[in-house]
Amino acid sequence: MDTKLNVAELDDVVIRFSGDSGDGMQLTGSLFSDTAVFSGNDIVTFPDYPAEIRAPQGTVGGVSGFQVHIANSKVITAGDFADVLVAMNPAALKANAKWLKNGGTIIIDKTSFTEKNILRAGYEKDPIKEDKLEDFKIIEAPISEITKNTLADSGLDNKTVLRCKNMFALGIVCWLFNKKLDVADDFLKNKFKTKPAIVEANNKVLKTGFNYAETIQAVVRHNIAPAKIEKGIYRNIDGNLATSWGFIAAAEKAHLELYVGSYPITPATDILQYLSQRKDLGVKTFQAEDEIAAVCSAIGASFAGDLAITTTSGPGLALKTEGVGLAVMAELPLVIVDVQRGGPSTGLPTKTEQSDLFQALYGRSGESPLVVIAASTPSNCFNYAFEASKIALEHMVPVILLTDGYLAHGTEPWKIPSMKDLPEIHPPIAKEGEEYIPYKRDEKTLVRKWAIPGTKGLEHTLGGLEKDETGSISYVPENHQLMSELREEKVKRVENYIPELKIEGNKNADLLVVGWGGTYGHLLTAVKEVNKEGQKVALAHFNYINPLPKNTADVLSKFKKIIVCELNLGQFANYLRIKFQEFKYEQFNKIQGLPFTVVELKDNIYKLLEDK
Amino acid sequence: MADNQTKLTFKDFKSKGEVKWCPGCGDHAILVSVQKAMADMNYKHEKFVSISGIGCSSRFPYYVNTYGFHTIHGRAGAIASGAKVANPRLSVWQITGDGDSLAIGGNHFIHEIRRNMDVCLIMFNNQIYGLTKGQYSPTSPKGKISVTSPFGSVERPFQTGALVIGARGTFFARSMDNKVNLTAEVLEEAAKHDGASVVEVLQNCVIYNNGAHSYFSDKEHKEDRQIILHDGEPLIFGKENDKGLIMEDSKLKVVKIGENGITIDNILVHNSGLDYSGIHLMLATMEPPFPIALGVIRNVDLETYANELAQQIKDVQSESKIKCVDDLLHSGQTWEVK
Repeated sequence: MDTKLNVAELDDVVIRFSGDSGDGMQLTGSLFSDTAVFSGNDIVTFPDYPAEIRAPQGTVGGVSGFQVHIANSKVITAGDFADVLVAMNPAALKANAKWLKNGGTIIIDKTSFTEKNILRAGYEKDPIKEDKLEDFKIIEAPISEITKNTLADSGLDNKTVLRCKNMFALGIVCWLFNKKLDVADDFLKNKFKTKPAIVEANNKVLKTGFNYAETIQAVVRHNIAPAKIEKGIYRNIDGNLATSWGFIAAAEKAHLELYVGSYPITPATDILQYLSQRKDLGVKTFQAEDEIAAVCSAIGASFAGDLAITTTSGPGLALKTEGVGLAVMAELPLVIVDVQRGGPSTGLPTKTEQSDLFQALYGRSGESPLVVIAASTPSNCFNYAFEASKIALEHMVPVILLTDGYLAHGTEPWKIPSMKDLPEIHPPIAKEGEEYIPYKRDEKTLVRKWAIPGTKGLEHTLGGLEKDETGSISYVPENHQLMSELREEKVKRVENYIPELKIEGNKNADLLVVGWGGTYGHLLTAVKEVNKEGQKVALAHFNYINPLPKNTADVLSKFKKIIVCELNLGQFANYLRIKFQEFKYEQFNKIQGLPFTVVELKDNIYKLLEDK
Repeated sequence: MADNQTKLTFKDFKSKGEVKWCPGCGDHAILVSVQKAMADMNYKHEKFVSISGIGCSSRFPYYVNTYGFHTIHGRAGAIASGAKVANPRLSVWQITGDGDSLAIGGNHFIHEIRRNMDVCLIMFNNQIYGLTKGQYSPTSPKGKISVTSPFGSVERPFQTGALVIGARGTFFARSMDNKVNLTAEVLEEAAKHDGASVVEVLQNCVIYNNGAHSYFSDKEHKEDRQIILHDGEPLIFGKENDKGLIMEDSKLKVVKIGENGITIDNILVHNSGLDYSGIHLMLATMEPPFPIALGVIRNVDLETYANELAQQIKDVQSESKIKCVDDLLHSGQTWEVK
């Protein structure tokens, strides 16, 4: 790399890789992300792909995208609009041109811009003109063609050769942002260990792409300096992996075995997959025959003394409803993860949304209170999976952990915690020799004890029928009222064991932005930028939904205006209206299967700041 | 299987609570058979777990003194599976009915069997929904008049044994509620068998389906209408023990010993341990004019789910470098910021 003289410094850049869903764009994007991370940048990524595994080639519906935001300081969103777009075919350009910043750079595979492909993508003739992209910096590289030429003597078949073209695009982008190729090289070497010919071909194309960019010198080369981040050992992590590991950590801290009963469902499936790899840590994964069996087997495992969890997404949570009700009634520890996606019904399986909040809170028969918490960044899914387990075990209660498609597949660097810094978990296990009354409660927490089968002398029967304190079935009217109120109050008292709500941004502002769950990065960025621009605004972001933090009313009362921003039609706003009727809530709701953009959030904030 | 120890009697499994089944219900007799079978198993009392779904039979956990879980309709199989996987040392008994396990819980039923979960599953088959007061069930015969089939059911019933064998079951036995000793005997075999042991007990609902099984249990004719299977013994039955089963044209046939040159040597000999399930299927699905088969029809050895999983965990643990969560968190690509 001897071209340093021409390198301009940049604070951050957003790059979007896009192509057919078979073009390897997810891999290309994550390889570039890893490369950036290893060079010291901070990053956030956002994969955006269709539900179809291989949608019809060349159609807009089949476009798969991967966006990465890299910076020389801390970043918390994947960026609204891209500075650089890689479009492997006309459909990718068609689908993504609107996500490009004015004047940004577009890298296209010129070879794939044939008349047929252009028509297929819905253009007439000239995509650049039709999408009014003339003012953009366009690098028209014959990617497929050069890839073919490069590998002409490789002896590989045509299909395999063309599969390497994504490495050419990666090579170009690496050159553009002054990144070395060694991370990608190492990855390929590992992935195709047994296929040296494939490794060689990919490496060759990668290098060719890099050299191509250097040769044409089409645009200025940029450098993004390493970010100043806290010292420590880091790794890249996505929300689903962080969730999985949070549970394993909780099991270790509770000295229990981890049981996972799940049924595959997008976008939650990875959690079952990740956990099924962890036999080495004794994780028992049970791929059930359906969502109902998944939750029920977890309830059985919980009854038998494991830390039991089940993972799903919206439609699966609907099927688990009756089972969760049983866990509420039996007062057994259980964690249910809902990786929210666009709904209702099959909805938008691969897209993000926050529309299962009411289902989590209220989607069961009878008065059926449980704890609901929500993670807010990909990496803190670890902490909230841990926390969900801790609450479930220590309070003998089902906990629903809400994440979403954006958190699940988004990645960010994560400072690896040390297990010695995590709190111990103390489940209230009844011991041999003590007198056991199944529904006798701790005075302070109202938590009953957990008598695990196999323990001598503690035989008892649980069930879905209403019981009195001794565990005997009871149809006594007053007993049902008492037990219903106790179950409700037990969940409420969890508020004494969760942190208070924080105010971020300007505490003296008149306007409070309220959010919950996976929108945190976008909301905080918007709030920070507005404050930087001279206006005052604050943010209260919720991770604990039921019970709410104790100081919630206090926080809300400090502001003249409150706007609740969420990716649904106003569920959290309505929840707050029920809980705290004394305040007025404005709403900003988006329901497109996409995260917020910082731009639209700021627009709404400014609108509220202006009309006084 | 479960750890063994201490001599218990059936009284140790009697619950303090009042048994609230209808007087004359076949369930009472089955309860005694189960308590006897449990006592005879030589396991520690605290290792027993009874798990049920919903229905008359599913009240069972309240009436037997073990760890118990009376769960939700149809799901006992899934809950029992989770409990067994969580702690393979437990002796898990699942109590269910024809509605609970073959209608609403049909999916869990077949998959629990397919996985060979080491659970002793007792299915009370009274061919009716008792707890909801008399609707036809998936085992009610076609034409059954009930409150939801006032003109006769137009549905064909399941044959429990065919379903079990179709799901690649390793153990299937059948008994009748009034045969307390036979029930206890097959339950003991079921409990000894490692894997999903399904015992179908033909049970009489005195209120909503009285006499559903009377064709087979009828005092006058029962010897001619029942065949009790014993391993290694010829398949003979009848008041005079002179009838037997042979195979002809790939089908079972009832013959009379002494007629047409048939001798005892021509009669099929029962082998519940045959890997091949064809003959077991034929026996399990015999309907009049054939006798109904009682006793252990199929009993083959196969590794159980929980044991295979436990072994897999052991194997992976011995190979893996990841021994604790700290190891896991630092596995794969990491980098240090100084």
